[in-house]
Amino acid sequence: MATQASRSAARLMISPTVILLFLWMAIPLGTTIYYSLQRYQLLYPDRSGFVGLRNYTRFVLSPGFGGAVANTLILVLGVLIVTVVLGILIALLIDRPIWGQGPVRILVISPFFIMPPVSALIWKNMFFNPSNGLFAEAAKYVGMAPYDFLGQAPLASIIFIVSWEWLPFATLILLTALQSLDGEQLEAAEMDGAPPLSRFWYIMLPHMSRAITVVVLIQTIFLLGVFGEILVTTNGGPGTASTTLPFLIYKEALLDFDAGTAAAGGVVAVILANIVAIFLMKAIGKNLD
Amino acid sequence: MGRITLDKVKKAFGEVEVIPPLDLTIEDGEFVVFVGPSGCGKSTLLRLIAGLEDVSGGQIRIDGQDATHAPPSKRGLAMVFQSYALYPHMSVRKNIAFPMKMAGVPQEEQNRKIDAAAKALNLTDYLERRPGQLSGGQRQRVAIGRAIVREPAAFLFDEPLSNLDAALRVGMRLEISELHERLKTTMIYVTHDQVEAMTMADKIVVLRAGVIEQVGSPLELYRTPRNLFVAGFIGSPKMNLIQGQEAKKYSAGTIGIRPEHCLLSTDSGTWEGTVVVSEHLGSDTFLYVDLKDHGTVTVRGNGEVSLHHGDRVFITPDMEKLHRFDDKGLRMP
Ligand SMILES: Nc1ncnc2c1ncn2[C@@H]1O[C@H](COP(=O)(O)OP(=O)(O)O)[C@@H](O)[C@H]1O
Ligand SMILES: [Mg+2]
Repeated sequence: MATQASRSAARLMISPTVILLFLWMAIPLGTTIYYSLQRYQLLYPDRSGFVGLRNYTRFVLSPGFGGAVANTLILVLGVLIVTVVLGILIALLIDRPIWGQGPVRILVISPFFIMPPVSALIWKNMFFNPSNGLFAEAAKYVGMAPYDFLGQAPLASIIFIVSWEWLPFATLILLTALQSLDGEQLEAAEMDGAPPLSRFWYIMLPHMSRAITVVVLIQTIFLLGVFGEILVTTNGGPGTASTTLPFLIYKEALLDFDAGTAAAGGVVAVILANIVAIFLMKAIGKNLD
Repeated sequence: MGRITLDKVKKAFGEVEVIPPLDLTIEDGEFVVFVGPSGCGKSTLLRLIAGLEDVSGGQIRIDGQDATHAPPSKRGLAMVFQSYALYPHMSVRKNIAFPMKMAGVPQEEQNRKIDAAAKALNLTDYLERRPGQLSGGQRQRVAIGRAIVREPAAFLFDEPLSNLDAALRVGMRLEISELHERLKTTMIYVTHDQVEAMTMADKIVVLRAGVIEQVGSPLELYRTPRNLFVAGFIGSPKMNLIQGQEAKKYSAGTIGIRPEHCLLSTDSGTWEGTVVVSEHLGSDTFLYVDLKDHGTVTVRGNGEVSLHHGDRVFITPDMEKLHRFDDKGLRMP
């Protein structure tokens, strides 16, 4: 059915969808770019007009920008490392026939069903809270001073919470990959004299490389936009210690009421996301074909 | 060296005893074929020898050394799997090098052995390819190459040819036989195909439900099958088995006569019948003949026989080659 006629018919018939999808992406992006070039402060709606790239320079040169970019990258990278490494370990563990495998697997994926702000609040109030959190209680029980996780190590704490949310996703994908590995390959490697660690390194890990790539790419897309967890736990602080790029844009738009600069920040974030994407595809994209 | 002795080896999966206690000796340099119907425990037995399964009882000795609980890598055996089990993300060269890399063989020696193996197996032009870019027969040879470079005490093959098409299978059969002639290493070969068993083996082990029915050279099994099962399993087309009144005449429970040991005639003979189907292969003709009282038998005639459906024929069995079995199915002298 690959005749010239059928191909052009196919093209014609999918074109409404393609056009709709394109508009879906282009209109918001276009509006954002438009406002990023305008003076548009919510408190002074009358002072409007074209200002060129001034919003961009204001956003990029603002004192918080460099730190926010760094925090964003640290957050993404930290969560990726934690989820991929732990995901592989847990997948290896629950791939083996263990007692109660079914319930264990469901328990492992259940964090994924909890909404991000809810899980962040639970971690904040029930575990991290330095006066009545469970970790504080545990510390007191063994005679140590309670640690103020969100105050002392805000970014690490957020990495922890976000990793906890994304670990099930990584585990699930990696487990599926592991289960599709031909058992005879492992047996062949065993006969070839490969000890367990070598079998993991030379057989299992390469087999999982595609799944790891998928996990990294998908998670990166979502992690670049992590916002709710920060809002309900540290609110970007203390100071700007846990302010990421999305949070900085939020601050500009809704705390400083400067929609123009926020729009410029949004465009900068899109550019940054694309740089990360290009870098990722260069580094690991070859695993996908 | 590769003398393998199984001493009362048994294997159960949970409650199910797949292999009841079994004794078997495989001499150094022998080509032994385990043959039997699907699910009779051939693979399990091979995996017990390889160490990929734990025995439930008994002892496995390799060259006199107790290897019952040795891990697979310490037994000095190499295995070729039915699925080939090549490492898909490594080139052919790396696949073949893998066991040597694990053993810490110096790079130069690795290269020398890879080149030698590749030359012997016609893989020289494919060393840099991935397994996914090779044909079935080439993958098979890579799997064999990976086994050869280890210089094992014995090779284990688990139905290595069953994923190949018929023509390739004949070719690979020859190659494996030649390899055995050249290396003179013990080989244990598992198959459900009695033709492979007959053509390749020094010694055939016929298995049924985990029990050894008979051990012997191909011709021994062909000439003197120990029981009805072996008689029916070895030889193609199958031996004709006749029970009842006719068998009583020979004071046996069952008599057996191979299709190639029957004389055809159109006017006189021991048994009379009508041709149901005739298959003309050119070199031979196989006739399926309906003997009124004794069921259908298969008879081999020469290629020129021109009998067809409905023709009347007479069959005379060669008395010298007639097999007699008692009521329990065991061979009678
Ligand atoms: N891991 C296992 N667990 C339970 N039963 C098994 C296992 N492996 C094989 N079996 C059973 O053992 C019997 C022999 O299997 P196998 O050795 O693979 O037969 P073959 O190779 O002769 O076809 C079969 O009935 C099979 O169902
Ligand atoms: Mg099998």
